[in-house]
Amino acid sequence: MGDISRIQKRPVTDQDAENITRVEELAYELKVEAVMTKEPSTVTPETSMLETLNLFRQIRISGAPVVNNHELLGIISIEDLIRSLQENDLSSPVSKYMSSTILTIHGSDPVIEALKLFVNSHKGRLPVLDQDNQLIGIITKGDITSGILKALQKDYHAEEIKRYRASHLFEDINSDRSSLILRYNIKQGDFIHGGSASSAIKSALLRLGATPQMARRTGIAVYEAEMNLIIHSTNGGVIRVEIEPHQISINISDDGPGIEDIELAMRPGYSTATETVRELGFGAGMGLVNIKRCVDSMRLESVFGKGTNLRLKIFLQSEETVGEASGSNKET
Amino acid sequence: MNLQEIITNLDLKVLTDLKDFSAIEPSCGYSSDLLSCVMAGAPHKSVWVTLQAHSNIIAVATLLELSAIVITEGAMPEPAMLAKANEEGVIILSTEKPTFNVIGKLWEMGFHC
Repeated sequence: MGDISRIQKRPVTDQDAENITRVEELAYELKVEAVMTKEPSTVTPETSMLETLNLFRQIRISGAPVVNNHELLGIISIEDLIRSLQENDLSSPVSKYMSSTILTIHGSDPVIEALKLFVNSHKGRLPVLDQDNQLIGIITKGDITSGILKALQKDYHAEEIKRYRASHLFEDINSDRSSLILRYNIKQGDFIHGGSASSAIKSALLRLGATPQMARRTGIAVYEAEMNLIIHSTNGGVIRVEIEPHQISINISDDGPGIEDIELAMRPGYSTATETVRELGFGAGMGLVNIKRCVDSMRLESVFGKGTNLRLKIFLQSEETVGEASGSNKET
Repeated sequence: MNLQEIITNLDLKVLTDLKDFSAIEPSCGYSSDLLSCVMAGAPHKSVWVTLQAHSNIIAVATLLELSAIVITEGAMPEPAMLAKANEEGVIILSTEKPTFNVIGKLWEMGFHC
């Protein structure tokens, strides 16, 4: 019985880890005792098959542990009842039909171990034992499904609470000026992660209670700047976002190569992107134009050969404020 | 018009996880292969028709909250790109037809904005 906890988990690669869904995580996190049916109805070896049938019918179950003074002796299921019915033998005791080779699981095992046993054994239910091998419950696939569903709902509530707290972030902080600073290091040529900083910033703003439109505008502006660092910078660069209740200030800087002619760079359609980059759909010459469209103030400074610094500001109206939870954008 | 009708009428292949596409009502359509133009022009919840198939189109679709991307001319995304799309909940559809035909067919179906 103790074998269950010794089943080796296969090593998880980074890629696997990224793909693990919340449900899978829960299968590892939740313990059998949290989802099992506690104090299940039991029968004794002497109980007749007819009494068992009535019990199953009354409380709508399809299997029960067979015990003698808390000691687990076997399992009796609806399949066993059918066999006794076929043989017109409902008066026989449970001991004649029960299966006594039983798979069990411990209450402290993760739900995933129970799932593995269900898959490998085609059993419908597993008796759950405590450390002293006493019966404490019974677990079915249905218990696991409803247990995971409940946990997911709890997660959902937790997320709502987190979101609520974040949207009130600045409320209780007493200072002359409070702000939250997010920093992202962007690597040159890292097309694989292109857009992840802007997505992260957008999610952060939504969590802080920004309106979807505000989060989208900021996301677009930062995306263009992020791709510029990936495509054009010499050594990558840094995106720094300062969030205050009344404004979002974004600073994007790199240490080269610098822009030769800023006026030309700002012209719609002008691009210095290489052919390879253009094939990916970048280099439309619209990046800086898009940024300008999305922000309230934009200052581009560059020294050719030295580096570029782009400062953006987005002003928040009182109904759009972040972290202070006033206005119409709160669902709570 | 819902996304399921579009998928059926245009005989599009669904490359990402199956969902209840009939519950998704795209707002409008947009087409360009230049990402910055899409950033500037694609309306919220619209369907984007493009022949780009690399993973950066996922970032664009996520930021703009597009309803779906239709990749034309049979361009096949990498499995890693599709994994990322599933993670972000971006719907990727595919067709052998060129962009011009896809848009023509959508218009013919009465999908105007």
